Amino acid sequence: MKDAEINDIAIDLFVEALYRRYGYDFRNYARASLKRRVKELALALGFNHVSELISPLLHDPAFVDQVVPKLSVPVTEMFRDPAVFLAMRRQVLPVLASYPRINIWQAGCATGEEVYSLAIMLKEEGLYDRARIYATDINDVALARAEEGIFALRHLKDFSANYLKAGGRQSLSDYYHAAYEHASMDRSLKENMVFARHNLASDGVFCEVNMIVCRNVLIYFDRLLQNRVLRLFRDSLIRQGFLCLGTRESLRFSEIGDDFAAVDEDQKLYRKVLIAVGES
Amino acid sequence: MSTRRWEAVVIGCSAGGLEVLRLILPGLPADFPLPVIVVSHTAADSGGLLAGLLGRYCRLAVSDADDKSPVTRGSIHVAPAGYHLLIEKDRTFALNTDPKVCNVRPSVDVLFETAAEAFSGRLIGVLLTGANEDGCRGMAAIKGGGGLTIAQSPETAFADTMPRSAISAGVVDQVLAPAAILARLLRLTTPQGPSPDMRQDTTGH
Ligand SMILES: C[S@@+](CC[C@H](N)C(=O)[O-])C[C@H]1O[C@@H](n2cnc3c(N)ncnc32)[C@H](O)[C@@H]1O
Repeated sequence: MKDAEINDIAIDLFVEALYRRYGYDFRNYARASLKRRVKELALALGFNHVSELISPLLHDPAFVDQVVPKLSVPVTEMFRDPAVFLAMRRQVLPVLASYPRINIWQAGCATGEEVYSLAIMLKEEGLYDRARIYATDINDVALARAEEGIFALRHLKDFSANYLKAGGRQSLSDYYHAAYEHASMDRSLKENMVFARHNLASDGVFCEVNMIVCRNVLIYFDRLLQNRVLRLFRDSLIRQGFLCLGTRESLRFSEIGDDFAAVDEDQKLYRKVLIAVGES
Repeated sequence: MSTRRWEAVVIGCSAGGLEVLRLILPGLPADFPLPVIVVSHTAADSGGLLAGLLGRYCRLAVSDADDKSPVTRGSIHVAPAGYHLLIEKDRTFALNTDPKVCNVRPSVDVLFETAAEAFSGRLIGVLLTGANEDGCRGMAAIKGGGGLTIAQSPETAFADTMPRSAISAGVVDQVLAPAAILARLLRLTTPQGPSPDMRQDTTGH
């Protein structure tokens, strides 16, 4: 048997152990990406084989806290894909403005750059006071950083450029305080943010929201899990609520495609139709 | 026959890559029997216009690879800007936004390594001009899995770090100029071409 095939067995066993021992369900993650991360984890811990991860995983309960953050690498930016944020600002926020309260769920928020981007945009459109952003992820380490809202200063130049392309009305520097190598996001942006751990693979609906932003998370899942998550999103959205996916993600081949209409297919902005099929 | 053996061609390039791709890809006929998958670092800078640019010159359809879509022949699949492109074992594409590898995303290593697993010995890897060492590990994976590895000859490369690093790592079967790479791809995929098992004798060194 080839090494690659043996490694595949080890990955399967590792994923199974993670699920049966701790309930973390990575069984329906897209395999090629997951495999690379598990291999990197083994390497980083000084192991030669993925199979060596299994024993500490089963017998050392502290080990799992090292593992999960490494399996969900939180890579993100402020106003990543500015055109998406511009479209949201122009096509979605004016509609949300008609609601007395605006609940937004940002699923897979990673280290929070997108949450602050949303808050800034809502503020500039005069909507932040009546908004609440629920930002969730499975990665506790990333969530803690998101809550802090302190980003490496060297990224802010790129973020500022994105912000302006996204239709920013001021200067991004109005929203943070630079100190040493860090940019600390303004306190007022955090007022209506709630951070919580939520696992899209196993947890359910936790509130009714006007908009869900979940970008670059579904690509990590297989079709089965994608459909589970999309159903969860549909069931969490109010009628005519909005859904924003990553630029390489789409509802086109999903089971719930009929429950949504495209607001802007290029920017992956969708809106739940008045009477969703699943609701009747 | 020999055409049966090869199942895909993966191509990686960086600085100066578009010019070389334009010397190779337009020469592939509309009935080229293998899927062609391309990672170019510079696509990220050009805002993902690579597929559009190449499409104008090629007889094969050129498009960005979509997450979960099958790797099909008759097309040139390009890694979209800002995403790593991977091949699943069931020969569908997968995208991710994991950290940069060798300072780049998409990375040639990520495509080549996952393609090497999906196609094992039936993969042809082509590494072109570029100014970093991305692609070297990927070529090693392809060669290690029994596939065929071709590098652009450093003296014809706009930036030679990329092909050179793979060559000096000893993971390149054939070193060829762009026109010869095209000719080789055509011969490897025509029934009367030489059997791929003879490739050691036909190296362009
Ligand atoms: C690539 S980041 C996307 C960050 C951000 N949305 C963006 O597009 O810039 C993917 C995030 O999804 C999270 N994630 C992965 N699996 C998850 C799950 N089952 N439930 C919730 N979040 C998950 C990861 O922890 C990671 O922070």
